[in-house]
Amino acid sequence: MGSYITFPELFIWIPILAGIICFFLKGEKSPKIWAILSSLLVLAAAVTSLFYTDDTKYATYNNVNYYWMKEIGNSFFVGLDGTGRILGLLTAIAFPVIFISTQKNTYKNTSAFYGLMLLTQGGLMGVFVAMDALLFYFFWELALIPVYFLCSKWGGEKRIQATFKFFVYTFAGSLLMLIGIIYVYQHTPQRIFEDGTVSAHSFALNSFLNASLTMEEQNWLFWLFFVAFAIKMPVFPFHTWQPDTYDQSPTSVTMVLSGVMVKMGLFGVIRWLIPVFPGATLQFDSLVIILCIIGIIYASCLAIVQDNIKKLVAYSSIAHIGLMCAALFTTNEMGVQGAMIQLFSHGINIIGMWVVVDILERQTGVKNISQLGGVAQKAPVLTIFLVIIALANIALPLTNAFVGEFLMFSGLFQVNTWYAIAAGISIILAAVYTLRMIQKVFYGDVSPAAEVVTDISFSEKAALFVIVVLVFVLGVMPQPLIELTKKAVNTFLATVN
Amino acid sequence: MNAIIFSAAWGIVMMFSAVFIKSKTAPKWIAITGMALLFIVNALELNSGVPLFFFNAQDMLRVNSFNLTFLAIVFGCTLQYFLLSARDVEKVGEHVGEYFALIFFVLCGVALAATYNTLLLLFLGIEIISIPLYILTGSDKRNLKSNEASLKYLLMGAFSTGIMLMGIAFIYGGNPNASFFINSINLGNGELPVMIAVGLVLLLVSMSFKVSAAPFHFWTPDVYDGAPTVFTSFMSTIVKVAAFFAFVRLFENAFGKVHDQWQTLIVIITFATLLVGNITAVFQQSVKRMLAYSSIAQAGFMLLALFALNDKAKEGLILYSAAYSLATIGLFAILIKMNDYTIEGFNGLAKQHPVLGLTATIFLLSLTGIPLTAGFQSKFYMLMASVQNGQSFWLVIAAVVFAAISAYYYFRVIQAIYFKTADTEVIAKTDISPAFNVLLIISAGLIILLGVYPEILVQWLYH
Repeated sequence: MGSYITFPELFIWIPILAGIICFFLKGEKSPKIWAILSSLLVLAAAVTSLFYTDDTKYATYNNVNYYWMKEIGNSFFVGLDGTGRILGLLTAIAFPVIFISTQKNTYKNTSAFYGLMLLTQGGLMGVFVAMDALLFYFFWELALIPVYFLCSKWGGEKRIQATFKFFVYTFAGSLLMLIGIIYVYQHTPQRIFEDGTVSAHSFALNSFLNASLTMEEQNWLFWLFFVAFAIKMPVFPFHTWQPDTYDQSPTSVTMVLSGVMVKMGLFGVIRWLIPVFPGATLQFDSLVIILCIIGIIYASCLAIVQDNIKKLVAYSSIAHIGLMCAALFTTNEMGVQGAMIQLFSHGINIIGMWVVVDILERQTGVKNISQLGGVAQKAPVLTIFLVIIALANIALPLTNAFVGEFLMFSGLFQVNTWYAIAAGISIILAAVYTLRMIQKVFYGDVSPAAEVVTDISFSEKAALFVIVVLVFVLGVMPQPLIELTKKAVNTFLATVN
Repeated sequence: MNAIIFSAAWGIVMMFSAVFIKSKTAPKWIAITGMALLFIVNALELNSGVPLFFFNAQDMLRVNSFNLTFLAIVFGCTLQYFLLSARDVEKVGEHVGEYFALIFFVLCGVALAATYNTLLLLFLGIEIISIPLYILTGSDKRNLKSNEASLKYLLMGAFSTGIMLMGIAFIYGGNPNASFFINSINLGNGELPVMIAVGLVLLLVSMSFKVSAAPFHFWTPDVYDGAPTVFTSFMSTIVKVAAFFAFVRLFENAFGKVHDQWQTLIVIITFATLLVGNITAVFQQSVKRMLAYSSIAQAGFMLLALFALNDKAKEGLILYSAAYSLATIGLFAILIKMNDYTIEGFNGLAKQHPVLGLTATIFLLSLTGIPLTAGFQSKFYMLMASVQNGQSFWLVIAAVVFAAISAYYYFRVIQAIYFKTADTEVIAKTDISPAFNVLLIISAGLIILLGVYPEILVQWLYH
């Protein structure tokens, strides 16, 4: 145990402390600035941590373990590995971008809004760095509570019902996971702490990996965990909460939900599901992949017929997440590596999409495709940004999403040609709904609703510029992302095979 | 032993104070002082193990760290209850001193029911708890609902007491050495003697009555709804967990060795209680009635301690008693201040009274079982105990499904508090003092503290 502060701690405590302080700030301007500054601080910490990835030299910077509830074999054990790092980085980038791009939105009770946003960031970071199952569960739930309040307080008309559905869904899922965690815990070996405390069982990740579970136990425990993660992602047929929630939430919260929060489910699969139950994974991988593929095609078809832009993006997100989940369950190097990169790229792209949608909604007050048209004439710069992000969203070569999707499809192809073909339809469908949306909203005659549109402001340009730069740079040069996650992919694959 | 003597003595002090002191606010302060002293003398005994007042009970009472910890929770929560709600006790009627005296007598019964070692003292403890409650329930004399509740409670209580006595008689009769001691009951070899088995079932039924476990819960909603709200708060928390504690001690010490023979009954009762409590609570419009059903639902979770019956279950029971009582007493204290007891009555509370809104939300989150609150830790310990038990795993799954359902009715109140706007300009009474707010914040702080460090309670079990 080092006496200095470590990266995972910075990731968790900066946003949480900043969030608590934010509640006490007065006025409208200061919470905004405070939120931007503290999220930039987190970003700085995350970027710095990239220089200390070598665990042989810098293990003490990346891992820390405090005693907490050690009588039952738990501790406050947080650490950064490849998966945690890439998602931590995504979270760290996402929040300042969100804050800056939605700066113009006004919220009643500004300090509470930004305070809750920062608390959400802390919760998300905690999920990505937790190395103890109970700690993971704590953060898993804690990330949810502020989001619940954010959506219910600042959302659209039907926000209360929509968010409540979302809350009950995920809460039920996570309770099932809690039972699973307790069951695995009962089958873990003894844990001896440095100070001599002995607990009969342990919540540590390593003990979970070594839990002695029979094949039969693994088979049903797998589903207890999977349901929780599947609800969060969401995977068909657990997705019904999502379009309504995305539609009703304030857009900056939707960005958090779709850009980062859904990654919690995928992260859970990578960290806690497949490695802990490798046997059950091999048993059920086809079933899960088929569920994912049904979801991909179903969601893509629904996206095509949507008139509401927010719902369109929501359904497209279900399709993308479904593909990542399927790729993880291929458990081959290509698929998993692709999914890892895509975790990051998808977060960036979807936030970009939402930024554009948010600007449109704020300026015109409508979110129906049929009421919009000709925005390009009014806002050429916005249109350029949108087209780039939309093309990245459908994974055109030279954009960041292409690398990930290509790897994922190769992975699926290795498992079963038909899976790859079925999932591949989604690319065509994605092109259909995305291009249709661009065409109707941005080109054609200027509709009455679009008359008021003006081009974007400097802060919005800055946010979108960052996103577009990331889209291109990582599209041309995906190597850094692959390097970052290579080790994590290998350890992941080693636990399965 | 401290607690038994001190609570009875202070009850008498309270009675006389009502006669001699005419001031209307004095009894409140005497009661609070007495409660603080009661808490301290009990804590002293827990800490040192040596009682201040000692009498030779011929082993009819067993004092150990487990029941002293429990009593510390009970007295601590009653102190919280007095501090938050004593002013509302004054408003119930004329006889303020007597109300407090009755509460002290109930606590004497609680102390007996927590330390008994013979069936007779169990009976005595349960009766000393029940009889003052019949009076308190009917203390709003001009209110028909209060009268009805009192009568109903009395009849049901008498009925279940009869069953309990019958059970005790059967067990006494079935014992060759004719003893009332709970740990010397003849459980036979492999198969329970018929008399004992009948006695066991009768005791199970009567105790289920007392803790309002389904299908013996029918009295609960009406009694809790009809009683003056301040006393509902006391009955549904402290009295309930005390009955639970007696229940668990009885079945652990007397029949723990034949756990597998009666476990199925507990499984059925637990499931029924969870089902009835949670499903019915969903449809309630009045927060008071919703809390009555939620108390049944929470009882279902506490019954898991009887289902599991291991060390973790004991720790869970201790945590559950504290978490549930702290949150429910706080919630009732806020409810009393509201003008309208329906869920709509809470609309916009956060705007008009931010402290009340925030603390009520923390209490509700704790009752739901959200991490970082005591409610989560207690549910978590109960679930750990039940999983460790290894049998009837479906019951554990059912329990968490019902916990998810409970989020529905607790969050309806949170929604009203934060996301809806008030229908009227003034939704709460005007006598909300700064001290009341501070006490609520302390209660909420305790809930969070227990949620982060459950050890501070659990460690006393092994003191």
